[in-house]
Amino acid sequence: MSYFVNEKGYYGDFGGAYIPEMLYPNVEELRQNYLKIMADEDFQKEFHQLLKDYVGRPSPLYLAKRLSQKYNANIFLKREDLNHTGAHKINNTIGQILLAEKLGKKRIIAETGAGQHGVATATVCALRGLECVVYMGEVDIKRQAPNVARMKMLGARVVPATSGSKTLKDATNEAMRDWINNPVDTHYIIGSVVGPHPYPDMVARFQSVISEETKKQLIEQTGSDQPDYVLACVGGGSNAIGMFYHFIDDEKVKLVAVEAAGKGVDSGFSAATTALGQEGVLHGSRSILMQTHDGQVVEPHSVSAGLDYPGIGPQHAHLFKTGRGSYVSITDDESLQAGLLLTQMEGIIPAIESAHALAYLEKMKFTGNENVVVCLSGRGDKDMDTYMKYFGL
Amino acid sequence: MNRIKELFQKKKDILSIYYTAGYPSLGDTVAIAEALQESGADLLEIGFPYSDPVADGPTIQASSKQALDNGMDLKLLFEQLKNLRAKVTIPVLLMGYVNPMLQFGVENFCKACVDAGVDGCIVPDLPMVEYEELYKAVFADHGLSNIFLVTPQTSTERIHKIDSLSNGFIYLLSSSATTGQNLQVGDTTEAYFSRIANLKLKNPTMIGFGISSKETFNKACQYANGAIIGSAFVKALDKSDVQGSVKRFIKEFRP
Repeated sequence: MSYFVNEKGYYGDFGGAYIPEMLYPNVEELRQNYLKIMADEDFQKEFHQLLKDYVGRPSPLYLAKRLSQKYNANIFLKREDLNHTGAHKINNTIGQILLAEKLGKKRIIAETGAGQHGVATATVCALRGLECVVYMGEVDIKRQAPNVARMKMLGARVVPATSGSKTLKDATNEAMRDWINNPVDTHYIIGSVVGPHPYPDMVARFQSVISEETKKQLIEQTGSDQPDYVLACVGGGSNAIGMFYHFIDDEKVKLVAVEAAGKGVDSGFSAATTALGQEGVLHGSRSILMQTHDGQVVEPHSVSAGLDYPGIGPQHAHLFKTGRGSYVSITDDESLQAGLLLTQMEGIIPAIESAHALAYLEKMKFTGNENVVVCLSGRGDKDMDTYMKYFGL
Repeated sequence: MNRIKELFQKKKDILSIYYTAGYPSLGDTVAIAEALQESGADLLEIGFPYSDPVADGPTIQASSKQALDNGMDLKLLFEQLKNLRAKVTIPVLLMGYVNPMLQFGVENFCKACVDAGVDGCIVPDLPMVEYEELYKAVFADHGLSNIFLVTPQTSTERIHKIDSLSNGFIYLLSSSATTGQNLQVGDTTEAYFSRIANLKLKNPTMIGFGISSKETFNKACQYANGAIIGSAFVKALDKSDVQGSVKRFIKEFRP
């Protein structure tokens, strides 16, 4: 059984490139070139140099002692929150901006939900001097004002998506429309492991640095590169794929993907895609998505804008369907409590997205010897408003 | 004989009209088809709405959303189309995105098309490879045409492949764009249309995207067998006088 993409762009039943003809030349250009460019020695050298000197990698693998005591296991946190711009998103934008340059593109577009991917894209555009347009749902623009200001200061144009639910899904639609209308000079930096092939594979490869480092760090700290569990939150699923990537073929390592249950899986206000979704096509790939009987995409809900997405990447759909990964969910309330807990026990304020992964520790049973890695995908600065309102701080 | 083939053999400067099923009011679908035929349209493309129409501009996004809010879905659409062939004799295509079709079941979808007298489909986000491997046989079994899109960026090799898989016509996009923008025929567009004309394709061609006036329609007809009007027509539909607004709109093209 392969858990990775095949030559046709599929992960089992999922993936492919369900795109209108207008996008075909762009996506095909990328498909034909991405592996070649990424394998190039100069490209790799520049990519890793920037990850080291600009992003600040490797990100630490931190043994959270007090949390470990509480849960009766060795809880390691992969500190993606310490990256430049505050989340794992920049691993991918650094890779894609270098790739866009090799393809001769002059203009960059991106979608963003919480604004983390938008900021990471605006950042690398400033770094390389490329024009940047970020599409963001009108609702998200209001709830993530600090990130909007950061993008603007970085020189990006932030365009509100005003259709549908005015959140991440609609921002993605608008970015795709922009790409259709600008078929020659523009590269679309998708922020997650979603979209038409080769995006899910390309983004996974850029994010795989997370598990590559984790393995080395585990050997140093525990003597083994084989943890018992790795946990990560899943919206589209890019930090989770990055965290899982080098463990996927080692079936002894249990993969736990935590979705956002919102106000509860059956509340009608949820983003728990594997619990509520069916197979279908969204944003260019066949995957699992929340939809009506008629195939209309359902508006999701989560307190965390980064998980507020009605689909998951096709590789996740495959890991879920084959049973290789456990897909579970955590409510808004549980995630906020977990965020507060980490803050007060370890002095780390996590992004509410990452707090979903942490919250699942409460539901697991350990015997004291397990090594557990949780991907702390981002920091909570952007979420202070939500935390303050919820806890009356 | 296939209604589409017959049309292209008989006529030139074919006028094809796109509109969204269930818009402006839920029950307008067949009434608009009748009014279009009476006014002189040659071919109809009835859109089945989708929540996330990425290839469409604001006008068709809005009509799709309104149709969904009105309660349109594929099941209801096929019910409405049961009476279509009692009155409408011109060829009819269904146009929409792949996900609603997949949820309905491709086989069921094809069967329902045949029962309703629909002649073929345009599904912009159904890739050629998947169509060929998974669905071509089903479409063929039901005698349905599948219409593919070609843009100025589509390679000649790919156009020939599309031609070999097509049976009906090929939908030429005037430019790589979402729907609802104006056609500007400059030197590059002209070169692209001429390039296609010189390929001697087995299928006829229709030009769409950006056709909104008699002038742009005529221009497109110089290079193809006809042209398709979508957004401009949808914009002109008047909820309080659907029949009248259809007739007034078509009059410019069929005086």
